[in-house]
Amino acid sequence: MGDPMRIRAKSSDGTTDVRVLMAHPMETGFRKDSSGKTIPPHFIKDVKATANGKTVLTARWSQAISQNPYLQFKFKGAKPGDKVSITWVDNKGDTRTDEAAIA
Amino acid sequence: MKRWILAAVAVMASHAALAESSSDAIAQYRAMLADGNPAELWEAKGQALWKEPRGPRHASLERCDLGQGPGVVKGAFVRLPRWFDDTRRVQDLESRLLTCMQDLQGFDAAAIAKTPFGKGEQSTIENLVAWVASESQGMAFDLPQSHAAEKKMYEVGRDAFFFRAGPYDFACASCHGQEGKRIRLQDLPDLTTRKGAGDAFGAWPAYRVSSGQLWSMQRRLNDCYRQQRFPYPGYVSDVTIALGVYLGVNARGVDSVAPGLKR
Repeated sequence: MGDPMRIRAKSSDGTTDVRVLMAHPMETGFRKDSSGKTIPPHFIKDVKATANGKTVLTARWSQAISQNPYLQFKFKGAKPGDKVSITWVDNKGDTRTDEAAIA
Repeated sequence: MKRWILAAVAVMASHAALAESSSDAIAQYRAMLADGNPAELWEAKGQALWKEPRGPRHASLERCDLGQGPGVVKGAFVRLPRWFDDTRRVQDLESRLLTCMQDLQGFDAAAIAKTPFGKGEQSTIENLVAWVASESQGMAFDLPQSHAAEKKMYEVGRDAFFFRAGPYDFACASCHGQEGKRIRLQDLPDLTTRKGAGDAFGAWPAYRVSSGQLWSMQRRLNDCYRQQRFPYPGYVSDVTIALGVYLGVNARGVDSVAPGLKR
């Protein structure tokens, strides 16, 4: 289970704006540590966002995404009080899911 | 000759325009980042670490006294450094966390003080200071100056601030003792003034975008010493605590924004 992410979701005029800050090292696999050894790649591969059980966003990420990724997206069809849930899976099989209520 | 002067003026004008737009661009970039300050991730971790039973004694930090009573975290950050009766010394946030980690959890404070920043239990301290600072966000600095030792530390801090030393004959005041100075593209606050001290002391701990790390006040002071080519101050040594007293008292009344966001 990864570290907690911060999710904020706000709805106005039918459009919900979601901002997520995820905690993840997002190692590219190109860096070397102080002893010269290459640090193995460790990055989020898949992201899924659901609202009221329906998938609203899927993303396939690579090493190109920076450390502690910040994701912002908008979608229609939810209202204040509904739950938005974000899940990520990384290349080592670790995963994290957090949810927040739409403000 | 005239054409050369015109060309030189044109180059200088475009340079000035470039400088203007690059600082605007930096300000815009920072505004974008502020919405979702990565320091929040350290805060979340710090809150969890405060409650988690850890160390040889398998105890949490929930009874740690940061100056407002055991376990009281709200408002503690803006009243540090201060005198503590139990240790009979003026302590800042990080030295007080070390005291608690040793007395409550059984960690070796001296070993943690020797650990490089960002490694081992030093990264635990990063998370803890981020969370403790966030619990005082928006509150005004109100360091006590009632105890004789607190007053003495202010004077020691002030003297250390103006003390010129090292191979460049620098003092903190060399960079931070005047208004309107900057280093490259980084504005330098005048730490002798209330606003300058408040902006600086109330912004650390901070997430540093350039290094992707959260820096505590101790780490920031350590790096100031490095930049002056001084010998490194010891972690939570008296001089660093005294400088904290000097800055914090100068900042009285200014709201803390920590954890902040820095270039």
